[in-house]
Amino acid sequence: MQRLNTYRSGPDEHGHFGIYGGRFVAETLMPLILEVEQAYNAAKVDPAFKAELRHYLTHYVGRPSPLYLAERLTARFGGAKVYFKRDELNHTGAHKINNCMGQILLAKRMGKRRIIAETGAGQHGVATATVCALFDLPCTIYMGETDIERQKPNVFRMKLLGAEVKPVSSGSRTLKDAMNEALRDWVTNVEDTFYIIGTVAGPHPYPAMVRDFQSVIGEEVREQMIAAEGRLPDSLVACIGGGSNAMGLFYPFLDEPTVRMVAVEAAGHGIETGAHAASLTGGRPGVLHGNRTYLLQSEDGQITEGHSISAGLDYPGIGPEHSWLHDVGRVEYISATDNEALDAFQMCSRLEGIIPALEPSHALAAVTKLAPTLPKDHLLVMNLCGRGDKDIFTVADALGVKI
Amino acid sequence: MSAAIDHGDTAAAVAAQSGQALSGQAHSSRAADSGRLAARFETLKREGRGGLVTFVSAGDPDYATSLKLVQGLPGAGADVIELGMPFTDPMADGPSIQASSLRALKAGMTLRGTLRLVEEFRLTDAETPIILMGYYNPIYAYGVERFLTDARAAGVDGLIVVDLPPEEDVELCLPALASGVNFIRLATPTTDDRRLPTVLANTSGFIYYVSIAGITGAGAATDEAISAAVERLRRHTDLPVAVGFGITTPAAAASVARLADAAVVGSAIVNRIAANLDENGSPAPGLVDDVLAFVRTLSDGVRAARG
Repeated sequence: MQRLNTYRSGPDEHGHFGIYGGRFVAETLMPLILEVEQAYNAAKVDPAFKAELRHYLTHYVGRPSPLYLAERLTARFGGAKVYFKRDELNHTGAHKINNCMGQILLAKRMGKRRIIAETGAGQHGVATATVCALFDLPCTIYMGETDIERQKPNVFRMKLLGAEVKPVSSGSRTLKDAMNEALRDWVTNVEDTFYIIGTVAGPHPYPAMVRDFQSVIGEEVREQMIAAEGRLPDSLVACIGGGSNAMGLFYPFLDEPTVRMVAVEAAGHGIETGAHAASLTGGRPGVLHGNRTYLLQSEDGQITEGHSISAGLDYPGIGPEHSWLHDVGRVEYISATDNEALDAFQMCSRLEGIIPALEPSHALAAVTKLAPTLPKDHLLVMNLCGRGDKDIFTVADALGVKI
Repeated sequence: MSAAIDHGDTAAAVAAQSGQALSGQAHSSRAADSGRLAARFETLKREGRGGLVTFVSAGDPDYATSLKLVQGLPGAGADVIELGMPFTDPMADGPSIQASSLRALKAGMTLRGTLRLVEEFRLTDAETPIILMGYYNPIYAYGVERFLTDARAAGVDGLIVVDLPPEEDVELCLPALASGVNFIRLATPTTDDRRLPTVLANTSGFIYYVSIAGITGAGAATDEAISAAVERLRRHTDLPVAVGFGITTPAAAASVARLADAAVVGSAIVNRIAANLDENGSPAPGLVDDVLAFVRTLSDGVRAARG
């Protein structure tokens, strides 16, 4: 393996992080992908673009989000000081809007007149519908029928915001199928349409672009932790579906050797059962949705269905930069089961008065195991990347409660 | 650049360009295999007619039925057979072809099975070119080198891999050309004059023009648009041009065969397979005959086109 003096140099000019990433799309899309890359490269060094994004992040999204010392959980664990990065306090209730704001400003710059997106839990769909309402662009959101059923409040939100929600009935009727349909739409309407991808996956430049837009999370943590404790955090913990909240938290710290990073995949009913969504722990490298990355797949290279109680983690792939960080060993990738996440969900609600989304409940499940083993001066930051209002029906169902 | 390449000798040309040496054995057997496509387009030119390229998914609705269908296609007038390699997530295909892919997978089709089907077809037909169409992941999982070796041995003449643009040529396209398997690229309405040379650079066998920006089976382009596109392609390449997407009737196939070297029909044939399945997905007794009869009408249209 090559020796590196930085973990922040990727991707290369072809969009590769090691062997991962790339641009594996149909020819119809290639000219547009190249156009997006060019437009993004120009935008990210344009002070006017940065100022406009900063403006909306501050006054519309509500950034910076607080860094909060979770005192009761810290006391319960009896080890590390547990801080929450409160990205659930953003407008629309998750980190997703950081990226949507960046991409819609780019779409406007490119003169695109129509927005499409895919969504699993609905958080990315709501965030996309929100920025489309704000900037008056028509918006079509693809969502699997299974996810529409289990995320009804978010479907209604998207419709209130003026988006068209298109149910996807193919395949497993979840996020991967919604992504297929969004790609089909894009191939068909390539002239006027911008595809806002919700995570650090897809063809180059999306993985790098989404990471850059989400890096505001880690940059704020750096400043806030230095202000609070006078030094960098010791550990960062985040959940992983596609991996955008984790990438946004980790990226600014990748070259800080003292900072340990732990990413938590969804183990569903347990890795050994096969019913999980842990692409790194239970998958192998392959090519899907425009990039090479770890995928859940059969021996024959057919994509298999992920399972998680959290619709936002229920994806058979993962961002390519995570695949690379996994292989080079910079980030530890572990997993938490549905039940562990449900326990953490309830614990956080009762002890901190914060109802977390099921996604970061996976991260918290890992923290419940990690924190007690660490010294009391250890500074641990967990990204509380979404709030749990959308999940109360799923949780009630799992707990056998009728609401 | 590709205009200077004789498509019957692409592997040697690419090898020469990239400084790779082909072994003598690879060279001679390559010449025999990649010759099938070149020979077929030569024949079409001699007969003064456009060709018919027919698409079916390998193993749809099951292996035995699919083999009978494929074996019957040349007799029904197919000049080139395009065989789908089933994949769970065919992002650039429409509902018809996606459904046919899933039917085949449900019936147990694998990439190994697709190659076996080609092998069995070759026992009865040594001349009709077969190209495999699909997505990269099953090939990547199989292993590129092993796949190319087995595909050549089975009698595959070319590959269309939808999610491998020229930017990813090093994955499969260059190894395929070096081992004597044609790599057929799609050109689309979004492929402008600036990009066309990139798309054509390592393309061989023929160029497949996708006449609409969209998924398979989604709609049809006008004759004027197709004619203009074919003219534009011919300014860039000597390769034969096949046109597909949205061709559903004998009349439409005929008008494309007037404008281009071949017409590709996929969704319409696949829909005909679907129409011959009962509610459990089992093939009706007349499926093969009915589908081949439909192919015959397409072929008659194509053959009468320039009459």
